[in-house]
Amino acid sequence: MSEHITEIIVFTILFLVVSGMGFVAARWRAPKDMLHLDEWGLGGRSFGGWITWFLIGGDLYTAYTFVAVPALMFGAGAAGFFAVPYTVIIYPMFFLILIRLWSVSHRHGFVTPADFVRTRFGSPTLALLVAITGIVATMPYIALQLVGIEAVLRTMGVTGDSLLARHAPIIIAFAILAAYTYQSGLRAPALIAFVKDTLIYVVILVAVLYLPAKLGGWGGIFDAAEKKFAATPAPGDGILLNANNQLQYITLALGSALALFLYPHSVTGVLASRNRNVIKRNMSALPAYSFLLGLLALLGFVAIASGIKPLPGGKPGSVDSNTIVPLLFDQQFPAWFAGIAFAAIGIGALVPAAIMSIAAANLFTRNIYKEYIRRDATPAQEAQASKIASLVVKIGAVVFIIFLDPQFSIDLQLIGGVIILQTAPSVALGLYTRWLHRGGLIAGWAAGMGLGLWMLYNIPNAATKRAHFGGSAFSLEKFGFDTPKTIYVGFVAVLVNLLVAVIVTFILRATKTPDGADGTTDDDYFADEGDPRLEKDRTSSEELASST
Amino acid sequence: MAEPAESAQPAEAVSAAKRSDHSPWNWLLLIPIVLPLITPIYNRDAPRLWGFPAFYWVQLLFIFVGVATTTLVYRMSRKRSGGSADE
Repeated sequence: MSEHITEIIVFTILFLVVSGMGFVAARWRAPKDMLHLDEWGLGGRSFGGWITWFLIGGDLYTAYTFVAVPALMFGAGAAGFFAVPYTVIIYPMFFLILIRLWSVSHRHGFVTPADFVRTRFGSPTLALLVAITGIVATMPYIALQLVGIEAVLRTMGVTGDSLLARHAPIIIAFAILAAYTYQSGLRAPALIAFVKDTLIYVVILVAVLYLPAKLGGWGGIFDAAEKKFAATPAPGDGILLNANNQLQYITLALGSALALFLYPHSVTGVLASRNRNVIKRNMSALPAYSFLLGLLALLGFVAIASGIKPLPGGKPGSVDSNTIVPLLFDQQFPAWFAGIAFAAIGIGALVPAAIMSIAAANLFTRNIYKEYIRRDATPAQEAQASKIASLVVKIGAVVFIIFLDPQFSIDLQLIGGVIILQTAPSVALGLYTRWLHRGGLIAGWAAGMGLGLWMLYNIPNAATKRAHFGGSAFSLEKFGFDTPKTIYVGFVAVLVNLLVAVIVTFILRATKTPDGADGTTDDDYFADEGDPRLEKDRTSSEELASST
Repeated sequence: MAEPAESAQPAEAVSAAKRSDHSPWNWLLLIPIVLPLITPIYNRDAPRLWGFPAFYWVQLLFIFVGVATTTLVYRMSRKRSGGSADE
């Protein structure tokens, strides 16, 4: 541990500074009344271009991404680079689709995607399904942020071997995070994101310039990676894609992009911005993070070239490949800079964890608490319920990490991406058309969910000797096709979801089954800041009642 | 169920009816969505650029295609009134 003392000191100082900022954030752009979900949960819906850029960037590019993507490159090669096309195609999609969600939410005071579904399709049941899907998909994502911090802490050697000693630093970090999120709401991650992203940019730029220079240039690094993959028996790896994983590569990129903007935390980040132009301009500015991520992914190859051996994992004989980037920093950087790099990853985990817990808490409050437990809740009671729910969500995430194998969180996150995609027909298509019947959407959701889980269950992983949940690449052979090609599970599941939704809609229309009323008008999808029809009391109960 | 606002305020409904974000420029956004999904155009090693195989530098280049497209579409489809005031 003593050899890491400089790193630990730098890490601790930066962590404490950021925690202080988290508490002070409650007074930043101070609201008149913090006890309102628009204030606590959406930062007053007032963030301009810069704050939105830092907030959404800090939100979408999580610590887990920064640790896991290079780890994937380290293990599988080119297939791990899907993160780049994924984060290229997402912004034009946001530009067209999510902007409509912002407008209709601004007009009606929606806080969550499930609020929109409820009013659009007049179906509390469908809204409940969307809300539960969102919460279930988000929980393991929060737990994975802890995996990101843990990879750093283990590299610094501050984790002991007993159950408590192993997790004590994480419990402390999360307790502090929970306290300032409770107090400051979305303002806390928005303010911290400035520090986090600045640190990340500095670290990555230094890493991609300094390390290759030290190791003899990028050409040599790619050649070293190629040599390593050629020596392994696994057929799927290499520095290029092969004939069998290209379909998987593009369906995973497309599916992940679709899933990302359905995740409640992305919606929270977008709804917190001030107007449509802030969002549109950000779609040109946010790809800066994609470039960063692409360079960071390549650190997986840098780790190969510099001969990094990952630390042993939780189980004997396994390795924790998530430690390769922290190890690379530890071995190649001077101690003080490694400390900054570790702080960047550690703080990088806090921002998305805070936003995700706020998003999950908002879903609980708006679509479960207010819908089923306390229909006449005042805005203050809503905000209070959300604050408490955010604590529960974080405790849940910590419990996940302490008592379950981290692999379980990774599996669940994999499942999370597939299940959140099943809300696409209601949320994303719903922004364009309400032709689909609410019953059809519910049936489609169930079909997509069932198929997706079945497919995931039937994916083995030869490398880790697991029979189930071994990845997201489903072999087309299992559908009876005579081919070794693989495809992304979520993509197939959402196509089936849509097909079932269409068929059931035809049936329900033919049998004249009553459909829900649409509480929105076409014009709502273009509403902007300063809309004259904007209801002042956004969360009034009449507004919810009018949509039933 | 119709929103009461529509019938109560006809003047507003007229101006609202014209509001839309349709623009022929939006079609350009298909380029950065479709381009990264065509693996045959970049799944190769040569030519290398600064040691990067084509697979890597071409995909990083797509990021700039995306930025250029969204910027262009934003500028071209922006409303004349009010839109430029916040630059």
